[in-house]
Amino acid sequence: MFPPRQDVLRLMPEIILSLSGILLMLIEPFLSGARRTLIVTLAALGSGLALVSTIYPATLPGTAFSGLLRIDGFSVFVHVVVEAVAFLVIIGSADYLDREKIQHGEYYALVLFATVGMCVMAGAAELMTAFVGLETSSISTYILAGYRRDVPRSNESAMKYFLLGSFATAFFLYGIALLYGATGTTQLARMTFPTTPGRERLLDLGLGLMLVGLAFKIAAAPFQLWTPDVYEGAPTPVTALMASGPKAAAFALLLRILATVGAAGTFWFWALWVSAALTMFVGNLAAIAQSNVKRMLAYSSISHAGYILVALAAAAASDQVELGVAAVLYYLAVYALMKLGAFIFVSQLGGESERHMEIDDFRGLAVRQPVAAACFALFLLSLLGLPVTSGFLGKFYIFNAALASRLIWLAVLLAINTVIAAFYYLRVIVVMYMRQPNQTWPPAPMPWAVTFVLSIAAAGTFYLGLFPGRVMALATQAALSLPGR
Amino acid sequence: MTPQLVIFLVLAAIAIAGAVNVILQRHPIHSAISLISVMIALAGLFLLLESEFIAVVQIIVYAGAIMVLFVFVIMLLNAGAEERTNMSRMARYAGVPLAIFLLIELAYQIGAAALSMTPQPLAEDVTRRLSMLLFQDFVFPFELTSILILIAILGALVLAQRGESVPAKGGPKTIT
Repeated sequence: MFPPRQDVLRLMPEIILSLSGILLMLIEPFLSGARRTLIVTLAALGSGLALVSTIYPATLPGTAFSGLLRIDGFSVFVHVVVEAVAFLVIIGSADYLDREKIQHGEYYALVLFATVGMCVMAGAAELMTAFVGLETSSISTYILAGYRRDVPRSNESAMKYFLLGSFATAFFLYGIALLYGATGTTQLARMTFPTTPGRERLLDLGLGLMLVGLAFKIAAAPFQLWTPDVYEGAPTPVTALMASGPKAAAFALLLRILATVGAAGTFWFWALWVSAALTMFVGNLAAIAQSNVKRMLAYSSISHAGYILVALAAAAASDQVELGVAAVLYYLAVYALMKLGAFIFVSQLGGESERHMEIDDFRGLAVRQPVAAACFALFLLSLLGLPVTSGFLGKFYIFNAALASRLIWLAVLLAINTVIAAFYYLRVIVVMYMRQPNQTWPPAPMPWAVTFVLSIAAAGTFYLGLFPGRVMALATQAALSLPGR
Repeated sequence: MTPQLVIFLVLAAIAIAGAVNVILQRHPIHSAISLISVMIALAGLFLLLESEFIAVVQIIVYAGAIMVLFVFVIMLLNAGAEERTNMSRMARYAGVPLAIFLLIELAYQIGAAALSMTPQPLAEDVTRRLSMLLFQDFVFPFELTSILILIAILGALVLAQRGESVPAKGGPKTIT
């Protein structure tokens, strides 16, 4: 049985990503000489093509494969985010892998396959499909985290991520089983409140366990303990991927469940509230104490998950989920760009075997590499949420959604946390701009590929900060395209 | 007590005891053998539900193929008994009570829900319906699983390659 043509077209990005991943694996052994550039080019081409082909699902909304996938504005928005992340990470990885002598076709194949998983998570309207998508993206990232095999830190990172991640996945799976027991279906849209007595609590338990599994994937407190070690040990371009792509996909899955399953909104609300507050504080307070920039950025990504959770709580609290969902989507796009830019910059500056990761190593960088330092400063200011940068608008929309749902206290906590965060972001900028350059260690010049990624991320950060109209309109449209409770 | 209930209780007890034993054993080969007993008990449970096909697949694939692979890997790695570590204070005073609470809550709620369920008449040809589900309704996740397995193979290859495996530019790649 061959699926109908429309279903295939709706699935075009996933198909292109998988095929280019397989192609990379097949041709890699036959390439010699100039193979490095060819492999990177092919991988970038594959992800770029997938990005372009998102036009098919965008113009053909509907369900595919007997209702397992729901292709709507929401899934298309997340598709574009994760595919863009994959594209930029692939280009940004090439020089790093060369320097660390771990240049393989498999690396890019894994990035592409991980992206397939994320895309499926974004469009899944059914829990089995969501689960396989989640596993596809998770297992690829476990492997990528351990890619520097000779470095014990990297091994530790992969091992920790794998063990704890599998544990979290088991919770998610148990939750699916309980939901199936309570409602008799795995289709999200058909999960109505059970009428039979005795099953309501089963539904709640299932939703609770699923929240645990997904909270792990987005690194929300109290399931964030793995994040700093895993992010620090993984190769930095992989950290850039982990911090932006899978997180966006897991948030998308959470949002879709929240918007589709009626019971989720009421049952999850307080859990989301508490987790949001906790995550913001844990991330920001721990980040202050860090002297390693990579680790600091890892903690900062925890705190950002907290900000996004505020918008999720806002979506759960009100009957109109659109405001909260749109805020999450906008923030995901903004966050992916600035976090990716920051990590790719750090991956280049770290030098061979990531030696230069301390804040002290960034002394006087503005004199040595004014343009790159300016880019990094821009990402940090955007992460902080300074006006004119996109981070400010992202936070503003979240703030707005929280107030509209009358979550005054969460909004206040968000504001307090932004002030706390200012301390550690500004410290790095001060070190870069106001200290004498480090004499012993001249940083290597930026390769063109990294420059390209940094300029795209910087341009995106500016664009989203100055002209939010179009993207916000798309995010709102995407939020409205969700089926609704 | 119907005979079905007795068989169910016996099989369930074997499965749970085996599963607990998998964790408690210190030598991987003992864990693997306990796991086999879990798989076989599960196959028995499937038989009790009149799903003969799944029961047989459970035995052939899990108790057969996958366990043989497990044992082979343990043999090849020559894995010895693992060291035991002490529980952290956090795990002892917060983790264990919470885990027990979750277990009781789950057991209680599943039990309560099961009481309210009425037995459904079994469909005629279970295997046929299963294959329809697998290859028609759920063909998408089924196919996606093949990518998942591809990733697993890729991962084993990438992570298990030992030593200086990156060839000089142009050289053939050796996998050792």
